[in-house]
Amino acid sequence: MTANLTLVVVASVLVGTGAYLFLSRSLIRALMGFLLMGNGVNLLFVIGSGPAGSPPIVGAGDGGPMADPVPQALVLTAIVITLAMTAFVLALAHRSWQLARDDLVTDDTESARIHARAEIEDGGDVAEGEESP
Amino acid sequence: MVLTFIGMHLLAAVLAGPLVRTLGRRGFAVLALVPAGTAAWVATALLGPVRVERTGWVGELGLELSFRLDTLAVVMSLIVSGIGALVLLYCAAYIDPRSTAGSPRLLGGALVGFAGAMLGLVTTDDLLLLYVFWEITTILSYLLVGYLTTSAVSTRAARQALLVTAAGGLTMLVGLVLLGEGAGTYRISELVAGPGASGAAVAWGVGLLLVGAVTKSALVPFHFWLPGAMAAPTPVSAYLHAAAMVKAGVYLVARFAPGYADLPVWQVMVLVLGSATMLLGGFRATRQTDLKLLLAYGTVSQLGMLVLLVGYGSEAAALAGLTLLVGHALFKSSLFLATGAIDHATGTRDIRRLHGVGRAAPWLALAGVLAAMSMAGLPVLIGFVGKEAALAALLEPAPGWLSLQGVAAASFVAGSVLTVAYSLRYVVGAFGPGSPGGGSAPGAGSGAHSWHAPGPLLVGIPLALALGGLALGVTSTALEEVLARHTSTVSLLPGPEVHLGLWHGLSLPLLVSVCVWVLGALWWWRTRDPERATAPLVRVDAGRAYDRLMRGVDRAALESTGFLSRGSLPVLLGTIFVVLLVLPGLQLALGGTTWPSRLRLADSAAQVAVALLVIAAAVLATRARRRLRAVFLVGVTGYGCAMLFLLHGAPDLALTQILVETVSLVVLVLVLRRLSGRFPDDPSVLTRRLRAALGAGVGLVVGLLAVVATSSRIHEPAGAGLPERSVDYGAGKNIVNVILVDIRAWDTMGELSVVLACATGVASLVWLREEALEGVRKGLRSARGARAGWRARPVPTDTGSLPTSRWIAVADRLDPERRSVILEIVTRMVFHTILLWSVYLLLAGHNQPGGGFAAGIVAGLALCLRFLAGRGYELGAALPVMPAAVLGTGLFIAAGSAVIPMLLGSPALRTWDAYLTIPLVGEVHLVTSLLFDLGVYLVVIGLMLDVLRSLGSGLDAQIATERETAGRGTR
Repeated sequence: MTANLTLVVVASVLVGTGAYLFLSRSLIRALMGFLLMGNGVNLLFVIGSGPAGSPPIVGAGDGGPMADPVPQALVLTAIVITLAMTAFVLALAHRSWQLARDDLVTDDTESARIHARAEIEDGGDVAEGEESP
Repeated sequence: MVLTFIGMHLLAAVLAGPLVRTLGRRGFAVLALVPAGTAAWVATALLGPVRVERTGWVGELGLELSFRLDTLAVVMSLIVSGIGALVLLYCAAYIDPRSTAGSPRLLGGALVGFAGAMLGLVTTDDLLLLYVFWEITTILSYLLVGYLTTSAVSTRAARQALLVTAAGGLTMLVGLVLLGEGAGTYRISELVAGPGASGAAVAWGVGLLLVGAVTKSALVPFHFWLPGAMAAPTPVSAYLHAAAMVKAGVYLVARFAPGYADLPVWQVMVLVLGSATMLLGGFRATRQTDLKLLLAYGTVSQLGMLVLLVGYGSEAAALAGLTLLVGHALFKSSLFLATGAIDHATGTRDIRRLHGVGRAAPWLALAGVLAAMSMAGLPVLIGFVGKEAALAALLEPAPGWLSLQGVAAASFVAGSVLTVAYSLRYVVGAFGPGSPGGGSAPGAGSGAHSWHAPGPLLVGIPLALALGGLALGVTSTALEEVLARHTSTVSLLPGPEVHLGLWHGLSLPLLVSVCVWVLGALWWWRTRDPERATAPLVRVDAGRAYDRLMRGVDRAALESTGFLSRGSLPVLLGTIFVVLLVLPGLQLALGGTTWPSRLRLADSAAQVAVALLVIAAAVLATRARRRLRAVFLVGVTGYGCAMLFLLHGAPDLALTQILVETVSLVVLVLVLRRLSGRFPDDPSVLTRRLRAALGAGVGLVVGLLAVVATSSRIHEPAGAGLPERSVDYGAGKNIVNVILVDIRAWDTMGELSVVLACATGVASLVWLREEALEGVRKGLRSARGARAGWRARPVPTDTGSLPTSRWIAVADRLDPERRSVILEIVTRMVFHTILLWSVYLLLAGHNQPGGGFAAGIVAGLALCLRFLAGRGYELGAALPVMPAAVLGTGLFIAAGSAVIPMLLGSPALRTWDAYLTIPLVGEVHLVTSLLFDLGVYLVVIGLMLDVLRSLGSGLDAQIATERETAGRGTR
């Protein structure tokens, strides 16, 4: 089976630009990256599903080969899930704005604390019962 | 029958709580009836034929509840149930139900449950069932050892026991599966009786199996958990360490010895570890000052001895091993329980402080002395009979003295010397006169705890157990008759013929025994002073090694967590991208990849045009500083993708994608109105370049992977046979829709749950508290009321002019300055048409593009329109219900449509169809999966309603409140 170069280029540009935006600290920008990547990945399914064909509806085609319906069903659910995810991330952004008047993702202090502890205790043993509550 | 008895144990374990609560500690005596009854029943099987019971369980996995009561199983069941009953009875006198340190109810339940699990363990004939019971005992031992929940020592010991034995159990499971798969049967009896096993898989299987036995029976190097587990109450120790838990390992060795004892891995592990454990445990026991710890190390030593004997592989050693197994169960439980009585009476177990107990409690002393004599192997007790038999079996090692067997024999003799020494130490320490300065009253030297005499149960039960050892010693020829039925099956190695008995003439074993007694007494004499400090035998301490290992695990967890989770989302995501870049990237670069010889450039000119548009929009989106600009550019890529889907031959995807893009735009704008116009982050040039490099790399790798993956496809597409099946089974022509609602409907169901969770998350994040929703509910109630009102009477007007019809329902509530009459008119005109279209899509979706997802979003768009025209009031007027109700109904209908076919006797989600002729409409094709699609439709509408109500009118309300507060502030 041969891949469609045009679609491959589009998909890899979408994934690449998506990854770039995904690494931002602004939640909305990261969401934009997520959406771009999502579109790119959906295209990957289409690329993998083989050559273009007539719609996978029995009796509707012109007799030519039919496009593979299975990846389409997968992508269809992905699209709707993306909508639900978008709404959720937007709600997160709104909450972040409510609390900090910003949609910037700040560093998680708990993780930073663990990291700091690992740095400090290099070489020393962690005695039992020392874990802070 | 066995299953019934196990069930009774389970029932008793469940009822233990209420029983102990109402009856107090007498409840333990009631609980004791269950193992006592079991023991009585099992005893009837002692001399009869082997009983086999099999009940089907999971047929597909070949799992069956099979039990086989052969002699070994019966003897073990008698020990487990008989001593279990006595220990429970002892608890009735020992446990203080008012004590707050632990829960007696939990103790009773766990003990009975433990007895039941042990019963299953020793009687089952199925490898996997054996493992199940094995792990049940592990978990219950955690509860029992950690009985004193407030004590750090106790919980630590419990955790240690759990970790060591569970790790061993999991290792054993691998071994069991290896053996079972290799032999093609999971029946233990068939496995053991099968032809001589060999091969690497069997060797590994046996080795892993023995790891389970070694951990459970506390053999070197895992012996350390057993003394630690002495933190448990004494009856628990008596049961776990004399009769039950640790005996599981010995049982396992005894059970598999007839099949595998001639394998080198078996001999090395059993003989070397058995010998080492016997010596180490015995040596440590001669140096303890706490009676219970002394017994604990003694138990470690004896377990090594038992494993050595039952795993030796000759008939004679097996006979000696089983005899000592029975003897050990009797004398060790007797000693533990006697120690418990001493502890109960004096408040201490320290031999440096105890004195005069023998004089004050002569019957207890008799029990202790008899049991200790049995342990030391003195005539005429069962211990003596067993030791004699063991010496006879071991002293002439077949391969000569310079062999594993020779080492085992020497260790056995040396270990017996130590056993005599610590038996003496126990008797003198517990019941002797004590140190000279101790005073006249019996009890603890310091007098901190006054003596109170142990009750009849506390004395009677250890005495009964000790007398049992005496009785068996005298009647050992009868015992041999019973045991020989099992030991005659152990014949992998040659050995002398050995019989049980008190007198075999002036034989070599007897001479060795006498030497052992003398040497043991001498050893005791040299180490008798309990105050003398003793240096450890070996510098390596397994317990400390365990601690270090555990700390290492903690440390590694901390280090890896600290290294990987920096708390920064970009760093975390970047790490994931780097992994994506490096692993498949290296695979692509380093070879092993077949690159395709040719590629298709494009399907059509239109495809290229759309592709260029999408690429341009995506690149521009990365450079956008303003939020709206980025949102629209990303939207362009979405619409572009929809076009590409359509060109590819996926109209359903195109339709859904276009609808979702549109809805997303609306939702994004609803939230963006709250945020600043520009993106708040302004990364440095270096960061941007780094991100760009990472993004470019990820895009490149993904693209190359797509090319390679697509070209290396050799199989027919999964959808090849679907057109026919879709019509025949799914009764639909739109294959994608049939896949969603029929073939892969369970996936769709999972997806609906995700959508529902997201919608709930959105609502929770916006409304935060239940009270906030109260206002919404009130609004909806009034909207419902108003709806009823409009139907009943003409529209009232507040201006007094002629009654006029309004374009939208709630026009009078809107801010006149913010109204758009055109939008209101359009909404009025198209709302019902859009809804009708959505219903059409839902119904037609099974045969044409459409379906529940697309239809739901179309209906959602109609709701969007109502919301934009008249804000939250209008939304309430359009659909005056809570989103949760719609979501729940949708999921309920979808799940219900899955269950209905099951009620009709078909697999879940099976599709039925029928043709119905309706006048005027014509023939309608009814398909049951339409019901499922209706569920999908409602869930999507629920999501839309939730989003509009939360991010739309919820935010409206917040903005209004803020404006009001701000207005008041400036005034």
